[in-house]
Amino acid sequence: MSDLIELDGVEKVFEVRRKTGRLRREKREVRAVDGISFRVPRGEMVGYIGPNGAGKSTTIKMLTGILTPSAGRLRVAGLDPSRERTKLAQRIGVVFGQRTTLWWDLPLYDSYKLAHRMYRIPDARFRENLDRCVELLDLASLLDVPVRQLSLGQRMRGDIAAALLHDPDVLYLDEPTIGLDVISKAKVRQFLRDLNAERATTILLTTHDLTDIEQLCKRVMVIDHGRLMYDGALAGLHEAGESERTLVVDLERELPPVQAEGARVVKVEGPRQWLAFPASASAAPLVAHIAQAYPLVDLSVREPDIEAVIARMYDGRPLY
Amino acid sequence: MPHRGNSVAKGRGAGLGSRALVSMAVGGAVVRLYGVVAAGGFRRYTTYRVATAAGVFTNTVFGVIVAYTYIALWDQRPNLGGYDQSQALTYVWISQAMLMTVNLFGGGFADELVERIRTGDIAIDLYRPADLQLWWLSADLGRALFHFLGRGVVPLTFGALFFDLALPTDPLTWLAFLLAVLLGVVVSFALRFLVALSAFWLLDGAGVASLVSIAGLFFSGMLLPLNAFPGLLGEVARALPWSSLLQIPADVLMGRHRGWGLLGAFGFQLGWAAALLGVGRLLQSAAVRRVVVQGG
Amino acid sequence: MAETVTERRPAPGVWATYRMIAGMWIRSTLAYRASFVMMLVGNFLVTAFDFVVIALMFSQVRSLGGYSFAEVAFLYGTSTTAFGLANAVLGSIDKLGARIRDGTLDTLLVRPAPVLAQVAADRFGLQRLGRLLQGVLVLAGSLLSLHVHWTVLKVLLVPVMLLSGTAIFCAVFVAGAAFQFWAQDAAEVQSAFTYGGQTLLQYPPTVFAKDMVRGVTFVLPLAFVNWLPALYVLGRPYPLALPAWLAFTPPLVAAACLTLAGQAWRVGIRSYRSTGS
Repeated sequence: MSDLIELDGVEKVFEVRRKTGRLRREKREVRAVDGISFRVPRGEMVGYIGPNGAGKSTTIKMLTGILTPSAGRLRVAGLDPSRERTKLAQRIGVVFGQRTTLWWDLPLYDSYKLAHRMYRIPDARFRENLDRCVELLDLASLLDVPVRQLSLGQRMRGDIAAALLHDPDVLYLDEPTIGLDVISKAKVRQFLRDLNAERATTILLTTHDLTDIEQLCKRVMVIDHGRLMYDGALAGLHEAGESERTLVVDLERELPPVQAEGARVVKVEGPRQWLAFPASASAAPLVAHIAQAYPLVDLSVREPDIEAVIARMYDGRPLY
Repeated sequence: MPHRGNSVAKGRGAGLGSRALVSMAVGGAVVRLYGVVAAGGFRRYTTYRVATAAGVFTNTVFGVIVAYTYIALWDQRPNLGGYDQSQALTYVWISQAMLMTVNLFGGGFADELVERIRTGDIAIDLYRPADLQLWWLSADLGRALFHFLGRGVVPLTFGALFFDLALPTDPLTWLAFLLAVLLGVVVSFALRFLVALSAFWLLDGAGVASLVSIAGLFFSGMLLPLNAFPGLLGEVARALPWSSLLQIPADVLMGRHRGWGLLGAFGFQLGWAAALLGVGRLLQSAAVRRVVVQGG
Repeated sequence: MAETVTERRPAPGVWATYRMIAGMWIRSTLAYRASFVMMLVGNFLVTAFDFVVIALMFSQVRSLGGYSFAEVAFLYGTSTTAFGLANAVLGSIDKLGARIRDGTLDTLLVRPAPVLAQVAADRFGLQRLGRLLQGVLVLAGSLLSLHVHWTVLKVLLVPVMLLSGTAIFCAVFVAGAAFQFWAQDAAEVQSAFTYGGQTLLQYPPTVFAKDMVRGVTFVLPLAFVNWLPALYVLGRPYPLALPAWLAFTPPLVAAACLTLAGQAWRVGIRSYRSTGS
């Protein structure tokens, strides 16, 4: 069995009550996940991205057994997640970016000791995995510190270690670099790359940070409105989305929209203007042209973020 | 009032943005400022509708259980504590209705204040151009009004429908009752404010708070009317501040304080309110000195 | 390519999970030692108030609903001990609603251990033993002062009653928690049946209206926690015309309650809708 994750026509429908009047309420069905199918073979690292409310978290929660699908077939490591949730828990590691699984008032090491006992990890294996995580994630000085005293980046590293002590086949990461400083981000990414290379751990990560995807994942899946919009290489995503970067220029005064070849003005706000240009093109000639022809005060280039890429992918609306 | 400096950071106080409030205070509309704080205290509880309904249900169930035990007790001793049976039942339902209003189970603003002291956010509050004690009192009065209406009316109505209660028909008595409740809320606030301030000196005040709240539960008359307490215990209990929270409002509603006696009851509540608020004020200025010395 | 761990051991059982999680919480609370002691004392005191009220009542009267002080104390002791045990084991299961609201239930669901055991041990604190302790003390006191003609059957019935009573209260706790999967803010409704039930059972059934007694006998069978067996021990008639052998059915009633509550829990967890995006 080489496909570790298999989804066939998976759906999740929520019934929501919305207030329509002072007392009246209306029942409405929301299809958070609307017929998704994909497979992930062992050892692959996949980015699972989409705007907020697209159905990312709902998918992950079904894959971990937290939520029961409304329809479709779902298998992780050959198990039906919601029916065999506790069995599956032995085979997966989960890191929720915003919620720690560590024990707030206790030293970091205590959380690992609990994992040792709860996952029934053989002693030697536990020590080996812990040593490795401590070394690569730089946790040695933190083991005796109560979790509440850790910084966000330290806690995230601590959470990642906690999710890996039992040698999971699959690791789900929900926004693993959110709120981290540059150095912590780099450390986390390097660690995940090593983990994937050495242990062939299958990794599925959701993120808002395109750099996470660029540096970690060969394959990207884009989900929106509960449907899979794209499944393929990252490069292809840029093409499919005709990704554009944005040049923000501050002029000396309010002027009519700037005229420049290969770029178009998408927004004007007083003396500030936004110009979109293809992500594949260099910004230099554009900047040179504008600096020459217009009274330029300041400028900045904005990289396309995932939401923008996705937004452009299937509706032709401008970014701003 | 500590009008020191005009740099005011955001405080969560009563769930209001402080900037608007500050500009009002500077404008001189101080009364309006506290009115807005009180309204905020009221409003933040209105969002918990299901929880309010659940609480009303539970209060009503407890009211029924306690009512029957009182019926059995007054069957044996008619006129115990000077109450006849329907007065005893009235007492039961008033106490269920007032439980949340005078905050006998603790919590509410005190937890929040302790948390702000613990995290040091209190330093921000002290530089706010609003008085700390008045600010929290206003918010708590808003909360009390919500609990009076949201948690009090239904249980009392239920009791009046299904049990033989001795409720007055005279609107003036009801008015006097409302005043007694208001004073009871102020005394309750003053007590909890004192306890919360102790967090300046004790690292973790949860234990103290729970002991004081236990004392309050016992000496307020929530468990048994204070006039049914035997001998000296009863006399002591009736002289303590907690008797202002429940016993006095209930007796006022049942018309047991009249004329000069009514004034005496109000005087008793006012006296405790003034004394406790005064001590709170002293503690507060000691705390301010402490924060200033430590550099916030 | 490293091999994945060869053998996956079975998940820890309910009791092992409970001990692990409770242990973590005990150590967490010990971080605040002074407060812990005060809360232990507080818990003992506040739960003892119920008995203080009864003592105060009996300082004014000699019997309540036709029952003597020792008899009421026996009812109090059995009700409070059973409830105290259930509360010590499952006391903060009513915090489930809060865990659902803030989304932290998810973190329990991805552990390889029974969720019910994890939720039951959540925020476990030794101060919960305060209630149990005072229940046991009152029960012991009542046993010493009761004038009962003890038979083997009656002696055996006391521990059976306490254990089945605990199980019935546990079922109420679990059913109440399951209810919170649908109504997270309604945790307080549960108190009406748990704390309210405990209070009700501390008094003789003769005190209450017949309809209430019928309700807690046939609808929500709290009467089987202590009323029916305890009245057999005390040699008192039940206010409803019921056969005497019902005094020996609490274990069956408890088993039925636990089964139903377990069913409700399973339905609840399957309909769980995790919050957040």
